[in-house]
Amino acid sequence: MPSESAVPVPTNHNSISGKIPKLAMLAGGSALAAYGIARRSKTGIGLAAVGSLMAVEGTRMGAARPYNARSSFAINCASGDAYRYWRKLENLPSFMAHLSSVRMIDDRRSEWTVMGPLGAKVRWTAEIVDEQPDELIAWRSAPGALFDFSGWVEFRPGTGQRGTVVTASMSYSMPGGALGKTIASIFGKHPEFLLREDLRKFKALMEAGEVPTTAGQTHGQRSKLMSAFHAARSKQQKTVHYPRTESPLAESRAL
Amino acid sequence: MKAVCWMGTHDIAVENVPDPTILNPRDAIVRITSTAICGSDLHLYNGYMPTMEQGDIIGHEFMGEVVEVGSKVDRDKLKVGDRVVVPFTIACGNCFFCQRQLWSLCDNTNPNAWLAEKMVGYTPSGLFGYTHMMGGYAGGQAQYARVPCADVGPLKIPAGIPDEKVLFLSDIFPTGYMGAVNCDIQRGDTIAIWGCGPVAQFAIRSAFMLGAERVIAIDCVPERLELAQKGGAETINFKEVDSIIDVLRDMTGNRGPDACMDAVGLEATGHSLFFLIDRAKQALKINMDRPEVLRQCVLACRKGGTVSIPGVYASFADNIPIGALMNKALNIKTGQTHMMRYMRPLLERIERGEIDPSFVISHHVPIDRAPDMYRIFRDKLDHCTKVVIDPWATAA
Repeated sequence: MPSESAVPVPTNHNSISGKIPKLAMLAGGSALAAYGIARRSKTGIGLAAVGSLMAVEGTRMGAARPYNARSSFAINCASGDAYRYWRKLENLPSFMAHLSSVRMIDDRRSEWTVMGPLGAKVRWTAEIVDEQPDELIAWRSAPGALFDFSGWVEFRPGTGQRGTVVTASMSYSMPGGALGKTIASIFGKHPEFLLREDLRKFKALMEAGEVPTTAGQTHGQRSKLMSAFHAARSKQQKTVHYPRTESPLAESRAL
Repeated sequence: MKAVCWMGTHDIAVENVPDPTILNPRDAIVRITSTAICGSDLHLYNGYMPTMEQGDIIGHEFMGEVVEVGSKVDRDKLKVGDRVVVPFTIACGNCFFCQRQLWSLCDNTNPNAWLAEKMVGYTPSGLFGYTHMMGGYAGGQAQYARVPCADVGPLKIPAGIPDEKVLFLSDIFPTGYMGAVNCDIQRGDTIAIWGCGPVAQFAIRSAFMLGAERVIAIDCVPERLELAQKGGAETINFKEVDSIIDVLRDMTGNRGPDACMDAVGLEATGHSLFFLIDRAKQALKINMDRPEVLRQCVLACRKGGTVSIPGVYASFADNIPIGALMNKALNIKTGQTHMMRYMRPLLERIERGEIDPSFVISHHVPIDRAPDMYRIFRDKLDHCTKVVIDPWATAA
């Protein structure tokens, strides 16, 4: 585990979410709920439920809070392979759902771009604050960044030479604070859940060489409600572009 | 292409849908030449499997010709033009479980792993056409299918063997075989098998292959009991006896069968009080499983024997005789089939002429008749034991 100094919990709650989103959530949510009830249909019930949720969440909204998440997966590969794939930070978007790109500035500094709520792009500079080859990488957003973000990942050999146990931790405050969380929570994606799913994808990349998916597969006529749900979800999903020359699978097979 | 879609409980339709495309580097597209309806598809038809969605393409027993492969498919293992049988479980080949030959427990093939984790703790492998909890993959009752991790599962079939002899390597033959392997058969054993459906028919024959001396098969459908007898089993029509457990006791000198197999699963029928409670819970959607056969298996099995469960269960089951299980020191073996362990050896048995799996087929139909056949198969009308679909034939 990295030392405490390497993983500061962000305290700078730079907040876009003031009173405006709170009022907007309350008013918008209530209006949606009222409209849903007035429709007196299945879709109406759905709209009313979403609206009520938004309104309730609106009353709870305050300043942006820091989120901490931690997750761990046993991966069937050598710790060096997992470390090298992760350390090449340009690879991160291949398994981190909200990251759209990472560009290296120099060996320690990199520029991260994430998709924020409603498709807004947020960009900041991160720097590696600690690294131990094959064992640990820790990073945080550079001083002065709008977005407070830090994290570490640890690669530990499993018992009885059973691959590598990868443990990751992230701390951040989302742009839009509680609004961001509310939007995410409508789809059940809390920070813990997101990190867990990101790590699961990392594992799949290391072991299978690809992330399992059904996004874009053929199907028969969906119901209207589910079509709307899938349309909303597909806007959030992004296509994974697999590294052409450096397949993590090929690397792990080589060892 | 044409595809058989689940549109709701008791509502199956053949729809025109876009052809499948490669989505991942290890995918292949197979042009399907033969596909079948499985008994477990009837659980979908009857609405007992959670997480189905209108428009899902169903079916998980299919074979055909590879027409396209992704960029990372190992060409030594699979290439365009190969004729293959596709196993119903999808496996990555490299995880902890695949490397231990526990193929149906693969860690990396269920895109909805989180959903399965909520229901069963840890996710099994992805399955074709069998609920979103198990991956939500489009199934194989269609003209084409996308096959993920295509260099692991599909088994190449030499030219000259007709589809109907090898199609059931996709599920029911290996599933029946693994059901028998799970009985841990010793020479001279007596095996009791509940259900005489297609999986059980293969389990009966597999049990003899593995050294069983007697197989006792239990069902109530005359033509299925007859098919079991042809396979060498003694049969019991459970509707004609008071207590299955007493009959089995008499047949085994008061010892009980060495192993009992539940080849029925969650839609068992019976007339016990517990069964009536199951029915009521199912009607109220409190519970999806009716484990009546499993109860009988546990009670009937000899001390220190084995209960093998190839039958499908979905959620939580009540009133399992745990006291009998513990005090008689029974073993329980179950799981979705570890397909890739058994497909090749069973293909070799077919090639040597030891078994011709086409014996279970009762109906060959064009794809447009599939919706009808679900009902006919479910109600066991028209002596229906197994339906094979030709996805390219047109209805006469």
